[in-house]
Amino acid sequence: MTQFVDIGSLEDIPVQGARLVRTAQGCIAVFRTADDRVFALDDRCPHKGGPLSEGIVHGDRVTCPLHNWVFDMNTGEATGADEGQVGTYATRVEKGRILIDASLIARSNAA
Amino acid sequence: MKKKLVIIGAGMASGRMLEHLFDAAPDLYDVTLFNEEPRGNYNRLMLSPVLSGEKTYEEIVTHDADWYEAHGVTCRFGEPVVRIDREAKLVHTNQGSAEYDALVIATGSAPFIIPVVGKELPGVVTYRDLEDTHAMIDAGVAGKDAVVIGGGLLGLEAAAGMAARGASVTVIHLMGHLMERQLDPAAGYLLKKDLESRGIKVHCEGATKAILGHERAEAVLLEDGTVYPADLVCMAVGIRPETRIAVDAKLEVERGITVDDSMRTTDPSIFALGECVEHRQQLFGLVAPLYDQAKVLAKTLQGEAAEFRPVQTATKLKVTGCDLFSAGDFADGEGREDIVFRDPGRGIYKRLVLEYNRIIGIVMYGDTADGNWFYGLLKDGTDVSEMRDTLIFGPAFQGGGAPDPMAAVAALPPEAEICGCNGICKGQIVQAVQGGAVTLDAVRAQTKASSSCGTCTGLVEQVMQFTLGDDFAASAPSGMCGCTDHSHEDVRRLIKSMGLKSIPAVMQELGWKTPGGCHSCRPALNFYLLAEWPTEYQDDRQSRFVNERNHANIQKDGTYSVVPRMWGGVTTPAELRAIADAADKYDVPMVKVTGGQRIDLLGVRKEDLPHMWADLNEAGLVSGHAYSKGLRTVKTCVGKDFCRFGTQDSTGLGIRLEKLLWGSWTPHKVKLGVSGCPRNCAEATCKDVGVVCVDSGYNISVAGAAGMEVKETEHLASTPSEDEAVQIITAFIQLYREHAKYLDRPYKWVAKVGLDWVIERVVDDLAGRQALVERFELSQSVYRKDPWAEHSTDRERAKWAPMADFTLEAAE
Ligand code: SRM
Ligand SMILES: Cc1cc2nc3c(=O)[nH]c(=O)nc-3n(C[C@H](O)[C@H](O)[C@H](O)COP(=O)(O)OP(=O)(O)OC[C@H]3O[C@@H](n4cnc5c(N)ncnc54)[C@H](O)[C@@H]3O)c2cc1C
Ligand code: SF4
Ligand code: FES
Repeated sequence: MTQFVDIGSLEDIPVQGARLVRTAQGCIAVFRTADDRVFALDDRCPHKGGPLSEGIVHGDRVTCPLHNWVFDMNTGEATGADEGQVGTYATRVEKGRILIDASLIARSNAA
Repeated sequence: MKKKLVIIGAGMASGRMLEHLFDAAPDLYDVTLFNEEPRGNYNRLMLSPVLSGEKTYEEIVTHDADWYEAHGVTCRFGEPVVRIDREAKLVHTNQGSAEYDALVIATGSAPFIIPVVGKELPGVVTYRDLEDTHAMIDAGVAGKDAVVIGGGLLGLEAAAGMAARGASVTVIHLMGHLMERQLDPAAGYLLKKDLESRGIKVHCEGATKAILGHERAEAVLLEDGTVYPADLVCMAVGIRPETRIAVDAKLEVERGITVDDSMRTTDPSIFALGECVEHRQQLFGLVAPLYDQAKVLAKTLQGEAAEFRPVQTATKLKVTGCDLFSAGDFADGEGREDIVFRDPGRGIYKRLVLEYNRIIGIVMYGDTADGNWFYGLLKDGTDVSEMRDTLIFGPAFQGGGAPDPMAAVAALPPEAEICGCNGICKGQIVQAVQGGAVTLDAVRAQTKASSSCGTCTGLVEQVMQFTLGDDFAASAPSGMCGCTDHSHEDVRRLIKSMGLKSIPAVMQELGWKTPGGCHSCRPALNFYLLAEWPTEYQDDRQSRFVNERNHANIQKDGTYSVVPRMWGGVTTPAELRAIADAADKYDVPMVKVTGGQRIDLLGVRKEDLPHMWADLNEAGLVSGHAYSKGLRTVKTCVGKDFCRFGTQDSTGLGIRLEKLLWGSWTPHKVKLGVSGCPRNCAEATCKDVGVVCVDSGYNISVAGAAGMEVKETEHLASTPSEDEAVQIITAFIQLYREHAKYLDRPYKWVAKVGLDWVIERVVDDLAGRQALVERFELSQSVYRKDPWAEHSTDRERAKWAPMADFTLEAAE
């Protein structure tokens, strides 16, 4: 079963925005949608490494700020004509706190 | 002997439970019922009609004294239980006690009070019971001011009730739109509009700072400094389960009193139900699930097996005229699809969220007739693939047919301006058409509408089509993006003529096809709105491209570049030192002189930005907006103070222009150049606006380009006066801000409208020029400020760093 750890409160992330979680293997972008759902994706666009956390969030999608690839945050897959995928991580929101898949820490420790 | 059943709380849940219990087993228990309120059970939901005057208290009583007597209930009303003694199986009040064999806690919930200064003042109430309702009725008389804090279900019912009694009511809501838990932004916008149309003021994104007043509440102060007068303040920001006696009795309590499926707490003789409980991590705030709990508990108390299984509940708002319906999960999600229907003309919005061909979420506003039908499909998990295409039109396909693309134009008043170039209103076009001008050319010839830049052709055609009906076929519109069929120009004009002041307003009224737009339309809408309503529109940071959101240019590796302003390219040793210090302190990999006569610090980490800005600010440096669709640089040459050929103070004029124009947002970036003589060392003749000084004054030319295209500027005006030159340039920039399509540089825009049209407005028409300058200044009163300073305050700084850092934990 997935273990979860607390990374902060929902209010820390602007609506339709993102914040980062730093791990030893790179940053994870944690997004909050207009309807308060939370997604966690690797903060590296498969195209040329753009920071997805800085993209415009629309619906459950985010547009990479560097060259406008659009990703479905549920699956991490690029939509439209572009092909590519970023890693996604399980998240939960409980009592206004954001919890994320704890294996991220393990991943850091292993490094 | 009968067993003793003690109930704490005579509310809606315990009332319903007793009905079931007495129906099935009238003689099983001796019941003692405690209530803090000095009365028995009444229909709490109906307090809102009591508040608004549609009902009286007597009409909403559900169990009267006769009922309690007939069922042998010992009523101890107005006597709150203060302690439970689990060892002795006793409950205590301040007057006495009672023994129990079985105990039911049904204490409901308590309103949440936000901890602000002044919250204890008389005149501050919550909305929970009859006493609160009476306080508001007393305040709700004509001429008094009421403020409701909280724009959820309860707050809005309170607001509508007091407004119905004549009070002038303001609702302050923390979030971006009303009832955000039940509604999406589109429906929230329609609700706000309806409330406003009945005189209720709505202030979203308002954080309450304090309640002001001496003897009693007099006003509410918000974080942003706004003050609303208030004879009465109603706090309706949420509820929390009333669990105090359960906590004291050491029962397991999370957010609510934990119960199992049979409604039993961790003590086998103690049960709980209603809003005070937590069942499988879920809390309850609506009556439907509480009634199910009541059924289950009645069985449990008879020793029968029963399990509580919560089902989805739908929400409606009991405010006459505000028809909304919401149920299920309407968030975007994996494999989820939206069906959106908007009828701007009738103020209708419907959205169904589907997953695996089943409805999982419903949001409706304006026409909720089909709500229960959809809700049935949702609860039953019906596969809707067969009826998908017509699903949104409801069981009878009633209303049939797609939303009317003409609706927005049809709804415009006759005096709404359609052609901005020639100032032609809808009414004039309708008249021309009715007078026989049935082709676009005829309309153009008669009214001049769309005869200049032509960008309003789509709108003119729509007006013709709506006047002529099917006799006229408009050419297919090309929308600004996949979210809408309206062109950029149409959207701009409709924002103005329909008075649309927020992104959700635009999307609803113009029938956007997506729930929330995309990365292409959102930045454009944000600009159009702030340009049209500088003092009213709230800039939406999340609708901006990364560079403008972070006030720095993003680099290929995700770092940023920082370019401070150097007014007119002039700097000082102190500024240079501050830049050098910052470059050292933050390990800047590259320091480069730009093509815009200033210095670029490239490769700065995001979390360092606010710190570096604070340092630069201290030396008097502000953002150079090297990232903005706004004023970039004003390049100058040394001019007459030093150069042997200089005719005027080109450096001084450049600085003056930059200080005037900086901070303004424009459709695309804007660059100026001012040269001191026709040798043109500042390359002014390939800029968006160029000034070449000559002995007799100033030659102003515009619409140059030296990027992807190269083009010489065209002559706009010559004037002997520096002041007039500044005025003409300001008017030109404002005209560009008001008319150009997002992402058209001035040279592209001027090519569309024609230079003559521009000259007429900013050179020949003196009053018009003056008005343009005034509108520019009004906008600058909001936007001429340093964004770096705003973001480098202590409070803002933390937001630039990661929210969590697991590399640190790894190191520990
Ligand atoms: C830094 C600088 C190059 C330099 O090292 O000198 C520069 C750098 C960039 N330019 Fe430029 N331009 C710079 C002067 C120019 C000039 C010359 C000038 O300003 O006198 C031009 C030609 C004039 C013009 O504006 O057209 C210029 C024409 C462009 C264009 C083409 C615009 C067009 O409409 O054709 C782009 C692309 C765009 O804006 O869409 C662009 C875009 C860019 C961007 C923002 C690319 C991007 O989107 O990331 C570069 C950002 C670098 C960074 O991170 O800081 N840059 N760029 C110059 C900054 C000037 C300043 O102080 O603000
Ligand atoms: C104005 C208003 C409008 C509403 N509209 C709707 C609606 O449209 N739809 C909907 O589904 N829901 C609505 N609700 C919510 C609904 O009323 C509640 O969900 C429901 O009343 C909760 O029932 P309950 O029995 O748990 O608590 P309550 O009905 O609150 O009853 C709890 C009772 O316990 C008493 N009590 C508390 N502590 C003690 C103690 N220590 N000793 C003795 N007595 C105590 C309280 O005084 C209270 O009388 C509305 C609520 C309000 C206030
Ligand atoms: S010309 Fe401008 S946009 Fe192109 S690489 Fe150089 S700085 Fe970047
Ligand atoms: S790096 Fe993301 S689209 Fe190019």
